[in-house]
Amino acid sequence: MTDNNVLIKVHDLKKYYKGEEIKALDGIDLEIYSGEVVVIIGPSGSGKSTFLRSLNLLEVPTSGEIYLDGINIADKSVNINRHRQKMGMVFQHFNLFPHKTIIENMTLAPQKLLKLSKNEAEERAMGLLTKVGLADRAEAYPSQLSGGQKQRIAIVRALCMMPEVMLFDEPTSALDPEMVGEVLDLMRTLAKEGMTMAVVTHEMGFAREVANRIIFMDGGKIVEQGTPEEIFEHPKSPRLKDFLSKVL
Amino acid sequence: MDFWANLQKDFYQSFVEGDRWLSYLKGLGVTIKLTLGALVIGLVLGILVAVVRSLHDQMDDRRKNVFLNILNAICKLYTTVIRGTPMMVQLLIMYFVIFAGTRNQEGVAILAFGINSGAYVSEIVRSGIMSIDKGQMEAGRSLGFNYIQTMWYIIIPQALKNILPALVNELIALVKETSIVTVIGLVDLTKAAILIQSKTYQAFMPFIAIALVYLAIVMLLTSLLGKLERRLRNSDR
Repeated sequence: MTDNNVLIKVHDLKKYYKGEEIKALDGIDLEIYSGEVVVIIGPSGSGKSTFLRSLNLLEVPTSGEIYLDGINIADKSVNINRHRQKMGMVFQHFNLFPHKTIIENMTLAPQKLLKLSKNEAEERAMGLLTKVGLADRAEAYPSQLSGGQKQRIAIVRALCMMPEVMLFDEPTSALDPEMVGEVLDLMRTLAKEGMTMAVVTHEMGFAREVANRIIFMDGGKIVEQGTPEEIFEHPKSPRLKDFLSKVL
Repeated sequence: MDFWANLQKDFYQSFVEGDRWLSYLKGLGVTIKLTLGALVIGLVLGILVAVVRSLHDQMDDRRKNVFLNILNAICKLYTTVIRGTPMMVQLLIMYFVIFAGTRNQEGVAILAFGINSGAYVSEIVRSGIMSIDKGQMEAGRSLGFNYIQTMWYIIIPQALKNILPALVNELIALVKETSIVTVIGLVDLTKAAILIQSKTYQAFMPFIAIALVYLAIVMLLTSLLGKLERRLRNSDR
């Protein structure tokens, strides 16, 4: 892949807590290419969620650079709100707005930030709802939905902003087992459609099947990365081997 | 027989003679005006102070600036001073010191009560903001809303719902507390009763009557709150 295709470039990203006592991220370098699905795995406390959350600056890094479309968004002078519109984010706990209906959840940001009319925003939202088979729930409130439905709504809510990249922070970890499938199916569809995705997950089956590249993190560092085959069939580092022996 | 006759005379003197019931009504009008005016000022001030203080508390140290620190310090000073001094003293200072020249008693009283109420409302709103899961703020920010937009569209509507009972409590306290405007000579419901008692020398009727009026207002507010709460709970089904 050529340099033109680089959508996100991370350079020497560090996140320290309590001075330098806790190094959540200890010098991460990574490039994410347009259309690529990057899955980040690792033991808990390895910094993978912190890393994902720092990509749209929900975690403010201690130092380092994050380039999105060639602009260093970690720079304090950059208006991060503009750039966050281009990065959809999906959370472990859905974080739907409970006081708003599904359709309001989806149209709020497009109306206020992209200045779409109510009709345009609702048209866009209904299109996406139809796609995920939840059009009949448009007027429901989040509390009336199942976990799997909530997470699918959270995904299409982010898609309503037409982001360039989607960040998934353990999107299936809070779901009942029988609902994991429907969410992964939607993510699989997105990946096939060419959406650039960065996914933190414990779903190794999904990682193996959908990822273009897998990043293994431990101790705030990228320990190993490669294709699913390289990672799962021919792991090199002992820490990855140890991790895989526990999760597979 | 004597008792009933006395009661009738008392009633006549306290309400009918010289159309005195009109004085109560006028006084009630002033009480309501003060309460509503102070409520609006209190809510606006309270939300503003709560947002400033929450912003300051939640902001990452790296992104804090001097301006916000100063604003936060002012807000803290405001709540400390207002909550640390009696309402009546504040009213006296406002009327006789800060606005010493003015004859606009109502304006000063509304301002004084509003500023007082704002300090309490800000703490209520702040607790409401803190009660909202931080994932809501993150979801709002990740969509591209700035802090104030996320507060306005997402956090505050949910917070208000949670703190509605506490806010109505504050409103109830406010209704009753306006009775101390008598110290700056404004004729509200309480002062109207005092004036009538001083003319008729009958204390029972005027004071029991206004007590019942205050009670009715508070009960009305309480039942309105119940209705409002039920409507807001729609999304929790």
